[in-house]
Amino acid sequence: MSQSTFARTVRLGVSSLMLHKLRALLTTLGVLFGTSSVIAMLAIGEGASEEAQEQIRQLGSRNVILRSVKPREDFNTGASQNVRVLSYGLTEDDLARISETFPGVARVVPVREIYEEVRRSDRAMNPRVMATLPVYRDVTGRVVSEGRFLADNDEAGVSNVCVLSDEVANYLFPFQSPLGEEIKVGADYYTVVGILLGRVRQQSDSAPAGKSTAEVFIPLETGRKWYGNMQVRMRAGSREMEEVELHEIVVEVDAPENVPVVASACREMLARNHKQSDYEIVVPLELLLRAEETKRIFNIVLGSIASISLLVGGIGIMNVMLATVTERTREIGIRRALGAKRRHIVSQFLVECVVLSVGGGLLGVALGLAIPLIVERYAEMRTIITPSAPILAFLISAGVGVIFGLYPAWRAATMDPVEALRHE
Amino acid sequence: MAEPSSNQPVAELIGVTRNYRMGTNVVRALDNFSFTFGRGEYWAVMGSSGSGKSTLLNVLGCIDRPTEGDYKVDGISTNSLDDDALSELRSRKLGFVFQSYNLIPQLNVLENIMVPLFYQDDPPADGEERARTLAARVGLSERLDHRPTELSGGQQQRVAIARALVNHPALILADEATGNLDSQTALEILALLDELHAEGRTIVLVTHEPDVGERAQHVLRLKDGRIESVKRGQRSMAGARA
Repeated sequence: MSQSTFARTVRLGVSSLMLHKLRALLTTLGVLFGTSSVIAMLAIGEGASEEAQEQIRQLGSRNVILRSVKPREDFNTGASQNVRVLSYGLTEDDLARISETFPGVARVVPVREIYEEVRRSDRAMNPRVMATLPVYRDVTGRVVSEGRFLADNDEAGVSNVCVLSDEVANYLFPFQSPLGEEIKVGADYYTVVGILLGRVRQQSDSAPAGKSTAEVFIPLETGRKWYGNMQVRMRAGSREMEEVELHEIVVEVDAPENVPVVASACREMLARNHKQSDYEIVVPLELLLRAEETKRIFNIVLGSIASISLLVGGIGIMNVMLATVTERTREIGIRRALGAKRRHIVSQFLVECVVLSVGGGLLGVALGLAIPLIVERYAEMRTIITPSAPILAFLISAGVGVIFGLYPAWRAATMDPVEALRHE
Repeated sequence: MAEPSSNQPVAELIGVTRNYRMGTNVVRALDNFSFTFGRGEYWAVMGSSGSGKSTLLNVLGCIDRPTEGDYKVDGISTNSLDDDALSELRSRKLGFVFQSYNLIPQLNVLENIMVPLFYQDDPPADGEERARTLAARVGLSERLDHRPTELSGGQQQRVAIARALVNHPALILADEATGNLDSQTALEILALLDELHAEGRTIVLVTHEPDVGERAQHVLRLKDGRIESVKRGQRSMAGARA
C-alpha cells in the first residue's frame, strides 16, 4: 500500500510540475550544471590520477632514474668556445658510488646511448639505441612479446645481438618476423633476438605523447667496445663531439619507503661530484605526488564550481517552490480539509522538489557524461568515468531537492487550513 | 426514518467559544454556543455575514478549534486530539461541499472523488469502486478522466458531492453549495442534497439565501455568534422533494 501511495505522490508531483513545463525546466538548470560538473570533475580527476599511476608503473615505482643532460650553452661558452668536445653527464664513478655505498639500493642499471642510425636493407630510422645490462628489463618491468631480452652470456661474450621495441620491429620488418634477422647499427651488424613492447610515451617525454617509443637494445659491453665514449652527434646541420660515459642510471630501491632517502642521497652525491648541472633525477614517486597535487587543485576548482551551482540551483528550486506553495495555498487548504495530515502535505511538496532536482540531476548526468568525451577529444586529457560517479551525482541532486525542499514543504504544511481555504 | 430529536447526536457543541484576534481587538465569532445536530437531520444554518455561521461550519468541520468548550463528532471529543488525529477524523467522518467546488485541478474526476480516501491511515480496498459508483450516481460516469476545468459548474459541484460521500461520512457540511450556480443547476444540486437526506444522511448547509434555507428540514439562525432562532420542521421527505 505504501508503495502505491509513494507512486501516486510521485505521479501527482510530476503532473503538478507539468502544469508549468518551462518553469520546471528553468528551475532544474542549476542542478543540471552542478551535477554535470561533479561528473566531469570526477572523470578528469580520475583520468589524471590513472595516467600518473600508469607513468609510475612504466618507470617503476621503486626506481630512481638519473639521466645525463647536456648543460646549457651559456654554462661553458667562456671556457670551451673553441673546444670541439663537449664532455658531460653521469660517469662510471657515479655508478660505482651508488651501487657500492648507498644503503637501500637493490640493483643499479647503467644505460649508454649510441647515436647511430639503424638500417635494414633500404629502411632506416633513428631510434634510441641503448646499451644496457640484462637486468634492465626486469628493473623497468618491460614486457618481451617475442624471443627474449638480452642475456648474461650476450654480455659476457660481447655478442652482436639486439632487442627491438615493437615500433622498430614493425618499421624495419613490416612483412616478416625479425627474429634471427640482422640489422645494421652504424657500421655493425646485429642479430635480432627479441621484441620488447614499447612503452606508451608520456607527456613528460620530449617526444609527442601517444605513440610508443622506438628503441633498440644491445649488450652494454658490446656498446662500449664498438662505440666508445666519444660520439659524434649530427644535429640540424652541425656536428658536435660529445663525451658521455653513461646516459642513464636506473636505481632500483629495495622498498618504496626508501625511495625518498635514496633519491636525496643521489641528489647530494651528484651535486658534490658534478661541477655543472649536467644531469637530472626523475623520481616516479615524486611524479605521482605532483600528479596528485594537480588532481587536488583540479578537484578544488571544479568542486567549488559544482557546489556553487548546486547551491544556486537549490536556492532556485526553493524559490520556485515557495512561489508554488503560495500559488497553491487554496489547494493545500482543500487537501487539509479533506483529511490530509501535515506529513502528506510535506511529502507532496518535497516529492515535487526532488522530482525537479532529480530531473535536473538526470539531465546533468547526461551532460556530465558528454563533457569528458569533449575534454578527451580537444584537451587531450585522459578521462575515466567510474560507475560510482553518475550514482554519486544522482544522489547529490536528490539530496539538494530534499534539503532545499524542506522549508517550502514545511511552510505549506503549517498553513492554517481555514486561512488557506479563504485564500483566493 | 429520521425521527427528529429522538436521534443520537452526530455533532455536539458544548459551550463553544471562538475568539479571533483582529489587531488589538478580540472578535468573538462564537459565544458560548451549545447545540446538537442529530443523526439523519438536514439543517440549514442562516444568518447575516459576521453572524458566526462560517466559524460554526469550520468548527463543525474540524478545521478550526474552539477557544473554549468542546465539540464532539460522532461521540468523539475533539479537544484532546492533535493535528494528525483531527485530520484523520476529517478524512473518515466528514464530507465537505464548498461554494467554489474546490476540486484539485491536477486530478481527474475519479481521482478527485477519491482524495479523502488517500489520506486515511488505512484506506479501504474498494475505494475506486466506491468512487465509480458515486460518479455514476451523480451522473458523471462518462467523464471519469476529465479534469475539473473541462466540466461545467454544476458538474464540478456534483463531483464535489461525490467526493463528500466517498468516505461514508457521519456529517456532510455544505458551505453555500449553490452560491456559484445558476438557479436551474442550483435546484438540481439541492435535489441531490434532498436525496441524501432521504437516505438518512446528516447534512448541515450554510446559506444566506432564504429559499435555499426553506428547503432544509430544520433552520438554525445565528446572530452575533449566538443562536437567534431554531425552527424545527416536521416535513416528510416527500414534502421536501416537492
